[in-house]
Amino acid sequence: MRPTDRKYSKSHEWVKLDGETALVGITDFAVQALSNGNESDLVHCDLPESGRLLAAGESFGEIESVKAVSDLYAPIAGEVLEINSGIEDHLEIVSRDPWGQGWILRLKPERKSLDGLMDAAEYEKYLATLAH
Amino acid sequence: MKQTALNAVHARLGGKLIEFGGWHMPVQYGPILDEVRCVRTTAGLFDLGHMGRVHVRGKDAVRFLDTICTNWVAKIPVGAIRYSLFCRADGNPIDDLLVYREPENVYLVVNASNTAVDLDWIREHSKGFAVEIDDETDRTGMLALQGQCSTEVLQKLVTDCDLTSIGYYKFGFGTVCGIKNTRISRTGYTGELGYELYLPNSETERVWNAILEVGAAAGVKPIGLGARDVLRLEAGMPLYGHEIDATHNPIEAGLDFGVSFKDEKGDWIGRAALARVKASPTKKLVGIASDGPRIPRQGARLFKGERDIGYVCSGAPSPTLSTNIASAYVPLELAAPGTSIDVDFRGKRQPATVRELPFFSRTRK
Repeated sequence: MRPTDRKYSKSHEWVKLDGETALVGITDFAVQALSNGNESDLVHCDLPESGRLLAAGESFGEIESVKAVSDLYAPIAGEVLEINSGIEDHLEIVSRDPWGQGWILRLKPERKSLDGLMDAAEYEKYLATLAH
Repeated sequence: MKQTALNAVHARLGGKLIEFGGWHMPVQYGPILDEVRCVRTTAGLFDLGHMGRVHVRGKDAVRFLDTICTNWVAKIPVGAIRYSLFCRADGNPIDDLLVYREPENVYLVVNASNTAVDLDWIREHSKGFAVEIDDETDRTGMLALQGQCSTEVLQKLVTDCDLTSIGYYKFGFGTVCGIKNTRISRTGYTGELGYELYLPNSETERVWNAILEVGAAAGVKPIGLGARDVLRLEAGMPLYGHEIDATHNPIEAGLDFGVSFKDEKGDWIGRAALARVKASPTKKLVGIASDGPRIPRQGARLFKGERDIGYVCSGAPSPTLSTNIASAYVPLELAAPGTSIDVDFRGKRQPATVRELPFFSRTRK
């Protein structure tokens, strides 16, 4: 089971409220799809500058593996407060710990509601629909 | 989706299987770039069961193939192999292939994704020639062992054939794991010393396992199509659908060595059109290296200042060169090695440099 303290988007990002801010990352499914389970296949990510205002669903960057490049989408609207600079040269952190150390952005959410996103059980069901 | 004789073996080895050219093939067993390094430092084993294998037999085989191949088939020495293409009348290829010259017959190895089109093309143009066209793809397997230790490893399994006697782009027949008369060619798609083996379906798994077993101590591992694509790009070898296709001719791709305009060859499909391109080419396939973080991928636009000069055909991170590499057609005046250009990533430019192809090869300069 995936963490229940956060919500999930159909494009495989997660968002977790953390006090007045929100953390955004990508799910284990996204990592697996990009890297086929090989952490060293993730080669590059392109992340936004602090201060950028993101709309919900807006592409804020890209993550790239040997074989493919994937857009990253903001699951909620907000201002970029911080990016996880530790992952830029060490994408294996995202691969190993997508729920914790592998977070990608810290946002100042426009609203403190995560309505419209899936909880862990709903995301699980959603993934099942993608399997075939 | 079609499956090679090794489908279950790949799954057991932890291979990630994808659709490629209508076949269910392993893209990787582990990290792609580690597989590239394995082939460059020791040797790697590839399942090439998806490649099309067509035997053209009969007294007109050579004469017939000289009407549809760009290379001069009659001039290939028996026991030798040449790179060739099938082109349409407009000079653009429907596929590229390897041509194995036997005393009377000719053996062809074509791309998986084009095999059906090739067979239609071959059959359509063979009318009036005394030839039999035998598609062996579904009843045979094909393996490649590529890398510096491949001779030493493979020789342990091959009796009655000294592998060192098979020159580059030559083939012979030997007993492999007890299987008599196995076709063994010194060919490959990696720029490394290596061999390709042609086997009955029923024996392919046994030979695959035997190679991994006798090669284990030397570091031989199974290698997927992901690494194969990086290796062939480093070695400057074209892939149909990327460097060559129905709009990119072999002359501007730098494949002149596979195209013969000798009068003795006679006329062949595409000759007139390619002779015109040869007389006045407008662009050239070059290598591109970029130290920036982004990998130039197929379709990425290239710029010289504000001028759009073309797009990327193939791109990959190169562990051998420790930089990102790509191939692309650029105007002749910008094709000199060292020319500075930019790769466009949705409006963000990344500097890159034109490089000579191949980026790396142990088999040719």
